Amino acid sequence: MFFSPLISKSDSVSAIMLKVLLALLPGIVLYVWYFGPAILVSITLASLTALGTEALMLKLRDRPIMPFLKDNSALLTAWLLALSIPPLAPWWMVVVGTAFAIAIAKHLYGGLGNNMFNPAMVGYAVLIISFPAQMTHWIAPHGMVISELTFPQQLDFIFHDVLPDSDTLDALTMATPLDTLKTHLHLDQPMRQILDMPIYGRLAGHGSEMVALGFLLGGLYLLASRIISWHIPAAFLGTLFVLAGIFHLADPAHYAGPLFHWFAGASMLGAFFILTDPVSSPTTNKGRLIYAAGAGLLTYLIRVFGGFPDGVAFATLLMNICVPLIVLYTQPKVFGKKGSQP
Amino acid sequence: MEISGICHDRNNMRPAVPVGNDNMRKLYHFHGGIHPPSNKTQSTRATIARAPLPAKLVIPLHQHAGETAKPVARVGERVLKGQLIGMPDGVVSSAVHASTSGTITAIDMQLIAHPSGLPNLCATLIPDGKEEWAPRKTIDYRDHSPAGLQHLLRMAGVVGLGGAAFPSDLKLSLDKHKITTLVLNGAECEPYITCDDMLMRERAAEIVQGAEMLRFMLDAEEVLIGIEDNKPEAIASMRAAVAAGGHQRMEVIAVPTVYPGGGAKQLIRVLTGIEVAAGVRSTDMGVQCFNVATAYTIHRAFAHGEPLLSRIVTITGNVMHPRNYEVLIGTPIAELVALGVALPDTDSYIMGGPMMGFPLPSVQVPLVKATNCIIASSKKIFPPPPPVMPCIRCTRCADVCPADLQPQDLFWFAQSREFGRAQAFNLFDCIECGACSYVCPSHIPLVQYYRFAKSEIHAREHDKQLADKARVRHDYREQRIEREKQEKADKLAAREKAAQAARLADAQPLTPQQQAEQAELETSRAHIRELAQSAVEHADEGTTK
Repeated sequence: MFFSPLISKSDSVSAIMLKVLLALLPGIVLYVWYFGPAILVSITLASLTALGTEALMLKLRDRPIMPFLKDNSALLTAWLLALSIPPLAPWWMVVVGTAFAIAIAKHLYGGLGNNMFNPAMVGYAVLIISFPAQMTHWIAPHGMVISELTFPQQLDFIFHDVLPDSDTLDALTMATPLDTLKTHLHLDQPMRQILDMPIYGRLAGHGSEMVALGFLLGGLYLLASRIISWHIPAAFLGTLFVLAGIFHLADPAHYAGPLFHWFAGASMLGAFFILTDPVSSPTTNKGRLIYAAGAGLLTYLIRVFGGFPDGVAFATLLMNICVPLIVLYTQPKVFGKKGSQP
Repeated sequence: MEISGICHDRNNMRPAVPVGNDNMRKLYHFHGGIHPPSNKTQSTRATIARAPLPAKLVIPLHQHAGETAKPVARVGERVLKGQLIGMPDGVVSSAVHASTSGTITAIDMQLIAHPSGLPNLCATLIPDGKEEWAPRKTIDYRDHSPAGLQHLLRMAGVVGLGGAAFPSDLKLSLDKHKITTLVLNGAECEPYITCDDMLMRERAAEIVQGAEMLRFMLDAEEVLIGIEDNKPEAIASMRAAVAAGGHQRMEVIAVPTVYPGGGAKQLIRVLTGIEVAAGVRSTDMGVQCFNVATAYTIHRAFAHGEPLLSRIVTITGNVMHPRNYEVLIGTPIAELVALGVALPDTDSYIMGGPMMGFPLPSVQVPLVKATNCIIASSKKIFPPPPPVMPCIRCTRCADVCPADLQPQDLFWFAQSREFGRAQAFNLFDCIECGACSYVCPSHIPLVQYYRFAKSEIHAREHDKQLADKARVRHDYREQRIEREKQEKADKLAAREKAAQAARLADAQPLTPQQQAEQAELETSRAHIRELAQSAVEHADEGTTK
């Protein structure tokens, strides 16, 4: 027996997730261009772990395996997590973070469509709390430090924790632009002087600002293809812009400007790829505005006044908690009950 | 371009600027909607043809919303074309007629075109081929009262031909409401269906005259005829008919092609800006809406004295010759399919369109007043849906919902049987248009969930009503028993009282002498009791010492 409607638009969860993965490509290409191919190792590792964990959990939960493996959602979680952690992080960290994201944050909550929290951000939170030291192994962009690892040397470090004799970790890695800013502001250095350091580029971090631009480009593609609506990126970036703008205008020596906050850290990735996860974000447009504005506020507060260098992950998780409440209080008025008749 | 006249303002108070809009009228926007492939051109290449007289007609007595008509023809009786064979029974009901002259050979339960696949009362008519009419009485509607005209429509079996088959006379009973606008629905937004399109192209003058009759009965001021802009021929034909007839305050308006723009509420919204909420009658807001084919039928009923005996039906889909036919009510669908010549891989037949239609239980079921389209279906035209995936809350469904609902939440509540919450989230505002299912990337049959939830809620309300009735009955019984007991007790008390009173009445009043005697007697009795008492006390003393 079949039921009306008998026709449907040819769209699928798998195709939607694939488009999101494609939208990440410009950012990833620029990542490789500026920071070398190590990130591809993390992405591959995370992908394999995600698919393996997904298959195992589906088997344990007695669910059909192939349709869900093909939905691309586990891959998306893997890519987002890999992009959030340092490329030189040891292999087992990528595996632990991804496995935790898929097994605990996704499947223990009921699998696809039922997770309350963004799985990739749960994985990130577990890693940054459990292994804070390894989470600072950010590669310096090309030309920034004297010695750079070759790709085989990077692999050696990721899988065997072995560096060439001549190198030390400190010489190869560096703090992120957000972290550097925070540290130097604590040392009472003036903003202008800090931003003149070579790790800073035109907008934010040298190299990383270009990666953020790549994510912005992918995000615009998602908007254009109607995979996401404008509400979340606009409210998140808008809030971040306004807050950073107010503080920057009030005290430019101690607070970075709005464009810096847009292109530093995970702002663009968060605005277009993380906060927009449909499962863990509100379903009403008004709710999306509130949710993303809240995330923008929390991100700014954590970055500027908190203990962590970036705040997108925790802002996302904290706002995930509020989603049911936000949705309940932002129900749109239905047809004929809007109270405005001509 | 007509669509540039659309008002996209969600709060709807601001009129759209009619730039480049040949309607020269502001139109309004409703939320959502989809643009499925229309597949209409296949069946509009040929003109409407008259289907040949079938060898047998099976005429259901329940073709309309409401109560089944009461059969008034006898088995074996010869009936004439247009003769009443089913009398309307109850307020919401309509008449049923013999579609041609012939002999009634059976009145029994037969399979009909209904999703339930359950049989219903039908009259079987074997045509004699003479097409001999019962006497027809034409009228000038202006000489009659609206109430009289309503009765004529009821007895002519006129029902809404847009699909719901609601008796048209009931939509004309207005006690207190002033109708400003009569909306004529020629939108025909469902894919594949073209019966209204072809009717408007070929018989526009009669539709427009029918609209004039409706305006008279409603005492409406203006008539707005809404036609989707993918039917330019119909629009031109209707405009020409309005102009030729010299009809004042009657306008043919091209509305944007968007499904479900042909829903009565959606069309009223687009043309007038008024949103008719669920559970509210449009007449309360000064608007009434009829399908163009219904207007045509009303014209046939008044100007020609013909009850509703036939209608235009589209046969399309997996057939060699898609086309529109004028078909007698009661014709087996198989006859229509034969005219279209179904292709070999046809595996089922759909009544209605692909968005809201349903598969016929059998191709032998008869055509009814509500049958607007038959689509021969194959796996190629309507491929089976891919496997269902979990909802990822992408809200594509909410984006296209014309009722501004949150389908993803309603799905969740229906699935977890939280019917109270489903109702609180306005489940009953859902018009079951299927736009949500159409766009769902997880291929969830959302409308089925809503139908399930609605029927469960109806069933529970029905059970609750029964339980309430039972409780009232039980309370009443308890009260009655209590009352009877009380009455019995009261009666007993009354009887006793009466008996006592009677005893007192029986006793003679005593004379003073008798009273003195009695007092003496009492004194001596008291004395004796005293003596006896003291004797007992002394005896007690003796034994205790």
